[in-house]
Amino acid sequence: MPSAGQGAGQGKPRWQLQGPAGNDGYVQEPSEPTWPPFRFHGGAGRRDWRADRDWQTRPDWPGRTRRWRHRGNGEPLRRDPEDRLAGGVAAGIAAWRGFSPTTVRIAFVVAALISQGWVVPIYLGGWLLIPAKDTEASIGSRARHDSRGIALAVGLASLLCVVLGLASVLNPWLINTYGWQQVISVAFLALVWRNAPDSEQAAMRRLVEPLESLGPGGTRASRGTVIRLSGALVLLGAGVIWLLTSHESIALLRPLAGLILVAAGIVLLLGPWWLRIARDLVLERQARARAEERADISARVHDSVLQTLALIQRRAGDPQQVVQLARAQERELRSWLFEGRTLGDGDATTFAEGIRQIQRDVEARHGVPVEIVTVGDCPLDNDLNALLAAAREATVNAAKWSGASVISLFAEVEPEQVEAAVRDRGKGFDPDAVPGDRKGLAESIHGRMTRHGGSVAVHSALGEGTKVTLTMPRTAAPAAPAGAAGGNRR
Amino acid sequence: MSATAGAPPRVVLVDDHGLFRSGVRAELGRQVEVVGEADDVAPAIEVIGRLVPDVVLLDVHLPGGGGQAVIAAVKRDHPEVRFLALSASDAPEDVIAVIRAGARGYVTKTISTADLADAIRRVADGDAVFSHRLAGFVLDAFAAAPSPEDVKPSFDPELDQLTSREREVLRLIAQGYTYKEIARELFISVKTVESHVSSVLRKLQLSSRHQLTRWAAERRLT
Repeated sequence: MPSAGQGAGQGKPRWQLQGPAGNDGYVQEPSEPTWPPFRFHGGAGRRDWRADRDWQTRPDWPGRTRRWRHRGNGEPLRRDPEDRLAGGVAAGIAAWRGFSPTTVRIAFVVAALISQGWVVPIYLGGWLLIPAKDTEASIGSRARHDSRGIALAVGLASLLCVVLGLASVLNPWLINTYGWQQVISVAFLALVWRNAPDSEQAAMRRLVEPLESLGPGGTRASRGTVIRLSGALVLLGAGVIWLLTSHESIALLRPLAGLILVAAGIVLLLGPWWLRIARDLVLERQARARAEERADISARVHDSVLQTLALIQRRAGDPQQVVQLARAQERELRSWLFEGRTLGDGDATTFAEGIRQIQRDVEARHGVPVEIVTVGDCPLDNDLNALLAAAREATVNAAKWSGASVISLFAEVEPEQVEAAVRDRGKGFDPDAVPGDRKGLAESIHGRMTRHGGSVAVHSALGEGTKVTLTMPRTAAPAAPAGAAGGNRR
Repeated sequence: MSATAGAPPRVVLVDDHGLFRSGVRAELGRQVEVVGEADDVAPAIEVIGRLVPDVVLLDVHLPGGGGQAVIAAVKRDHPEVRFLALSASDAPEDVIAVIRAGARGYVTKTISTADLADAIRRVADGDAVFSHRLAGFVLDAFAAAPSPEDVKPSFDPELDQLTSREREVLRLIAQGYTYKEIARELFISVKTVESHVSSVLRKLQLSSRHQLTRWAAERRLT
């Protein structure tokens, strides 16, 4: 299971499912790798890759150590709806430039305060014009053809203009500082609202839902809600009045107090709703993580377990093959479940891995279960490769000739030597009266071992099985004892 | 409450798979006396406390917590009840955890019926039972010389190292030898083999070796 490849493979279908079917705004970009937002495999590796990238492209940027899990990719700017609070613009920019989304969000808020709110329409403009991840078309490009949406946006904006104009009679400062931002924002928001893809619309609807329930036709108005609402309204009213009257007053602290009152009112009014949104976001992400995990597991179960079960049903008449299939499947599932290892076909790099490979190959080719126990591990070198080859030979021998129902392969890496013991409880043979071909094989085991400074001990008796003990001194250890052959045998 | 010679040991089966329990019950037949069954931690504690069997055949993985939970709860009131852990998993941390909680042995679910009955009898008699896998784990865990961080005030060299004879016995168990075969191979009696294995079990349960816990975690990563 190539981890990165599968991760990318999972990312795409999910988006295809969420987008409206057949909408040409959802053209996939096959060249762009899509990452699942949660790390299941190879998370560390991915981070390294990103870090390297940053080093090359912006070598003089300080503070890059605080990078989060998104890459500063060389890809075009895309919104990231997977990781959004509102439209995913901040997350998209963060991913694009390799910042932490939180940093970008804080920067946005600060900029909004400094620029008297101009960042809000800019953000909404970004929402409109930047395509979502994995898509080509932006919301704006679709909004162009939505004449009713444009009419609605213009209508809402002019309506707001009128309202603000009326309000400015009371307080001209308000329209001068915040008016145009509001008008543009409302227009943009209307366009986004009408033209966002279904998935984003659903999310937005959920964000607004609690507001609707606040209205007169709201659901069960519990006493707490009533108290909260009236408290909020009192605070808001007091704050607004204070603000509106402030321009006639000289007291500098008054607007501040008014602002605080308004803020308190807003928090009281919308606080529970914010909490709910935050919780929903967390839940949504967890659900997505679970869904991906389930997809991973079901893919694994389908690829291996179900296939094997089907094969077993088809070959029910051949017990030997059924056992072999079940055994191979068990081994694969075990290594995946308990050792977090996937069965690669690549070359082994450590001794224990080599032993496991022998087990796999012999079981697959000869259909005899091989029970392996490995103690310790070390990297392979020439001598150990020879030991592995000899052990493989001995195991294959046992599988072919002994008639035993199971072969035991024991390998232990010790500081001075490496030992492998192949044992079966099969027919056995009389070592003094070995048939020619068997002798040849024993020769090949023996020759291999002695050429590399190792030794072989063969114990066998008719009817009692065979045990081949292979011992190889480790080159790293100085002066390995030459007489260590079969060291554990009395 | 150990089994008297001749009488089959009284056994309680704890496993969350009903099919597996009935399979074991049917296969063990008259070789042991299955007096009760349970499918989760809480019922297991209740059944064991009520029946006080000689041996509990305990699945390592139970829905309501690991097998360790059962051992820990029962040990308080009935220290004489012996546990044989049974698992489909070869994950070292599971095995080590349940052994260190107090199980007298560990076998995999692929074990043959005859071997299982034999293992139950052995555990009922107070001996230890190691599967070849567990023997490999133990050799691995005790392989390296104690690291400096292991040598602390509680460090007991006698507990924290295997004797060469114990290593030999474990090596042979890891290669699938039966106790009888080991005895013949090493020119010792079966009783001596049993006492070596029991001593390894004791060390496994009592050793404060850091290696034992750390090693299981490390293996997970490789």
